[in-house]
Amino acid sequence: MPTRSRIVSLLACLALACLALFPGPLAAEESGIQPVLQAHRALIEKASRRTVAKAIDAIVGSGLPQAQTVLESWQAKEMYQRQSDGLFFRGKEIDRNSVELFDFDSGSDLGAMSGADLKQLKPNSGVRGLIGAALVRFQLTDPDPAKRHEALDAITRDAEPSHLEALAASIAGETDAAIKAAKERMLRLLTIRFSSAENERVAAIRSFKGDIGVDARAALNPLLATKVMFSAAPPSGNIAHELSPGSAELSVHDAHALMVAAGAATAIPTIDERKAALIAHIDGGRVGGVPIGQLNTQAARDRAYAALARDGLVPPFTPGEDAETAVKNGRFWAIYDEPSAVVTSAAATTLASISTSVGLNQALDLTLDALSLASIYFLAAIGLAITFGVMGVINMAHGEFIMMGAYTGYVVQQIVPDYTLSIILAIPLAFAVTFSAGVAMERLVIRWLYHRPLETLLATFGISIALQQLAKNIFGTQARPLTAPGWLDGAWELNDVVGISYIRIAIFVLALVFLAIYLWIMNRTRLGLETRAVTQNPKMAGSMGINPDRVNMLTFGLGSGIAGIAGVAIGLFAKVTSELGQDYIVQSFMTVVVGGVGNVWGTLAGATLIGFLQKGIEWLNPSNTLAAQTYMIVFIIIFIQFRPRGIIALKGRAAGD
Amino acid sequence: MTRSFVFRNPSVLIFLALLALFTLGVTAVSEGFGVGLMSTSFVKTLGKTLCLALVAVAMDLVWGYCGILSLGHFAFFGLGGYMIGMWLMYERTRGIVETSLAEAPIPPTPQEVVDAIGNQIFGVVGSSDFPLVWSFADSLTIQLFLVVALPGLLALIFGWLAFRSRVTGVYLSILTQAMTLALSLYLFQNDSGLRGNNGLSGLQNLPGLNAVPQSTVSVWFLWASALALGLGYLLAAWVVSGKFGSVVRGIRDNEARVRFLGYSVESYKLVIFTLTAMIAGIAGALYYPQAGIINPAEIAPIASIYLAVWVAIGGRGRLYGAVIGAVFVSLISTWFTGGQAPDVNLGFYTVKWVDWWLIVLGLSFVLVTLFAPKGIGGLFDLIADRRRPDRHGDDLGPDQGSLREKEAVE
Repeated sequence: MPTRSRIVSLLACLALACLALFPGPLAAEESGIQPVLQAHRALIEKASRRTVAKAIDAIVGSGLPQAQTVLESWQAKEMYQRQSDGLFFRGKEIDRNSVELFDFDSGSDLGAMSGADLKQLKPNSGVRGLIGAALVRFQLTDPDPAKRHEALDAITRDAEPSHLEALAASIAGETDAAIKAAKERMLRLLTIRFSSAENERVAAIRSFKGDIGVDARAALNPLLATKVMFSAAPPSGNIAHELSPGSAELSVHDAHALMVAAGAATAIPTIDERKAALIAHIDGGRVGGVPIGQLNTQAARDRAYAALARDGLVPPFTPGEDAETAVKNGRFWAIYDEPSAVVTSAAATTLASISTSVGLNQALDLTLDALSLASIYFLAAIGLAITFGVMGVINMAHGEFIMMGAYTGYVVQQIVPDYTLSIILAIPLAFAVTFSAGVAMERLVIRWLYHRPLETLLATFGISIALQQLAKNIFGTQARPLTAPGWLDGAWELNDVVGISYIRIAIFVLALVFLAIYLWIMNRTRLGLETRAVTQNPKMAGSMGINPDRVNMLTFGLGSGIAGIAGVAIGLFAKVTSELGQDYIVQSFMTVVVGGVGNVWGTLAGATLIGFLQKGIEWLNPSNTLAAQTYMIVFIIIFIQFRPRGIIALKGRAAGD
Repeated sequence: MTRSFVFRNPSVLIFLALLALFTLGVTAVSEGFGVGLMSTSFVKTLGKTLCLALVAVAMDLVWGYCGILSLGHFAFFGLGGYMIGMWLMYERTRGIVETSLAEAPIPPTPQEVVDAIGNQIFGVVGSSDFPLVWSFADSLTIQLFLVVALPGLLALIFGWLAFRSRVTGVYLSILTQAMTLALSLYLFQNDSGLRGNNGLSGLQNLPGLNAVPQSTVSVWFLWASALALGLGYLLAAWVVSGKFGSVVRGIRDNEARVRFLGYSVESYKLVIFTLTAMIAGIAGALYYPQAGIINPAEIAPIASIYLAVWVAIGGRGRLYGAVIGAVFVSLISTWFTGGQAPDVNLGFYTVKWVDWWLIVLGLSFVLVTLFAPKGIGGLFDLIADRRRPDRHGDDLGPDQGSLREKEAVE
């Protein structure tokens, strides 16, 4: 291979040498690229997006290998024109004043030349785009795979019919499998758009059946573009279907405008036009014989307008006449811009299959979203599942524990700059901080109120507002960043539709870990056993040698500590403000109540239900997350009517009553 | 009957007398009718405080007497405000629009006036059409009816659903809190028809009374608020004094026992819940014209919790306690957060009350809950108990009601 190309280039050099030697320099110019450039000198000198195409086509059309160099140097603003004779050269700036010139045809170094004698060609971005499009055919066969990738990207951005042929020719010699596949896909896309053979286009269209790529839809959708025509009989052309005015595709107003344009109906002056006409014809305090003072009803205005119309001053108008009745007589047709019916029907079928598979993938994406939201709710609620669910303590400051966890993470990041390390440090620290806060709160306040749950609610609310204000005093009201480590950036993208960010995956994993820890503590450790005993019957537990005070304290601390860790996780994707916890507290209570008190599986079910429900409602009404939350809460209120004890209700002795 | 009612409740008479005295006193020093010692804005603050006292009375009725800790009564308060606000805003905008349209070359048709009002009101949320909820905004009578009817209806439906399925205690509290949250989130949307988070504004101007200065209007509203508070207090006192009241208190202390005695507990609770929602609606309808603006943030769950805080600090289970709590806490909060309280210089740190007041309030609330469950109202027992021997045992809440005092102590 290299030997052959070397032989070719050797032959080319020989030929050039012969040409240069034998018929003289003039003949060499005749056969090279320079004459082509000179032929379009004017266009190249004053290149504009509108006119330059002819020159570029000529350069490409010359079929010379130098054409690529010319276009590349022109695009890179490295083409210079010698003022003395108007010849074009590739130039390389040596310093401010001198440029080293190279001949396009021979490639020989012509030596340095003063910049004053040269004119640098500086094509604008529009022209550079056109040059780039022309360059694509060369780049498609470039030995450098990155260049070939670039060429494909350039086609994606700005495709033109000539690319089809160049792309088809380049596929056979493609060695890289991935690029070959991309080229073949691109070829099918270009075939749909530019091919003149109907059967090829249909085959290409059919090949995208069920393909969810955005590029496929971008190529197919324009095929189904229609325009509306007004015609009594079915018009010629590729008719999509007949339209009825007042439908989503054709408003009554547009339909009427079409009829008026075709001369089949008279224009109806709108209410504003009629008013303007009345104002324009005020004549001595009267309009059409009606005094101005009486024109405060529509009936009087219509009378005045009719009088003006009788005098021929304004276009006629009959009250009660409206566009709606006028368009009843017309027939309207949607005509495809694409003339071939075979192509449009193939495109319609393929798009239908695409939208089915896009729908399925969106459902999958929505499921992932819902799972991630559910895991966030679960994280926020699992601490509460212990304090409220197991102990029955209403802790309104639970949200503030989440906030404290998030702020702990922030403070740790201020001290430890490495994000990965700081998160690893922050998790136990957040647990420690909120665990101690929880224990302190239990010792000082809650244990006095175990028999008065409503008052626990109020007292912990007092603590909640105090903690919130304290955080505001310390950290200010603006949001503080809690930055995720670099390896959590980005998203896992399955295809163009389905994708989920790594942070959300991490939170999902964290939620599972928490679930496991909870189950382990509650079912496998001494503390869990004692907690369950104390919750069911404190006196009996006491007589078995368990210290209920200590157990309550530790359990409450545990629930609070878990809230702190959840705070670190939540802070990674939400803004850390003093109101962070407030945003989650009602939802967390909802999660626990809906799921069923006293059972972590219930909390999991509640979080899943709420997460899926909220995402589902958001999907039905994508523009409005507020409405989604509203409807979700309303749903929960109604849900509790039917299952007052939640999804998973404790039965028997464990229920505690 | 009336004589015996008053005789049995001397506190009602004392309260009404004090309220009348207070109103007359404020009138005498106001700018509108008196010597002008008190600024108009402070008269408005006092008027608003009376409205808050009224909603606190409603809260006391539903929580202190019936044992339902509703964390959603500010939703009803806000709804009442929205209902009156719609009329105020509509009529005031109509006045503005009609003045500006009078300049037009030909007089406007009624439809044009309505369109222009819609444009003016809903321009901020990018719309110009009147939503369905504004259908009656031009009628004062219907909107005044809605001030009472809408909160009542919402409370009726919500209460019926909740009480029917026997949701009680903290679950009910959380449920009512969810209701408020849902309502405020709904109103926060721009297409809710009530101007989203812009809310309704300019409510302090009474339509058709542009000539009357705010100093006069503020005193009118003070009178109206005082009247509403007086009547509301009287109604609440009457409701809790009779046989009905005894059943209601019975429900608070032991719901199951009252049910076994054959009373329809759900109906009693529903009546109290709906009645208090209506009172809250009226209080809101008087409050917001004095505040001048209402937006969905007003009915966020936190507002209803503050309401519970007032009642708890004032002393629940006694109507005057609720009034004292609301007046005391809201006025002192205004004083501290309004920047009027002097900063305390500790040498190393200057305590700015604007920043620290909420912390003090939160902690003092914890202290009140722990050490003085009777609240400020409990101080009156010190006087009353001198005359009456202390014959009753500890107050037993709904969860402990079935225990005898001796058992509960353990």
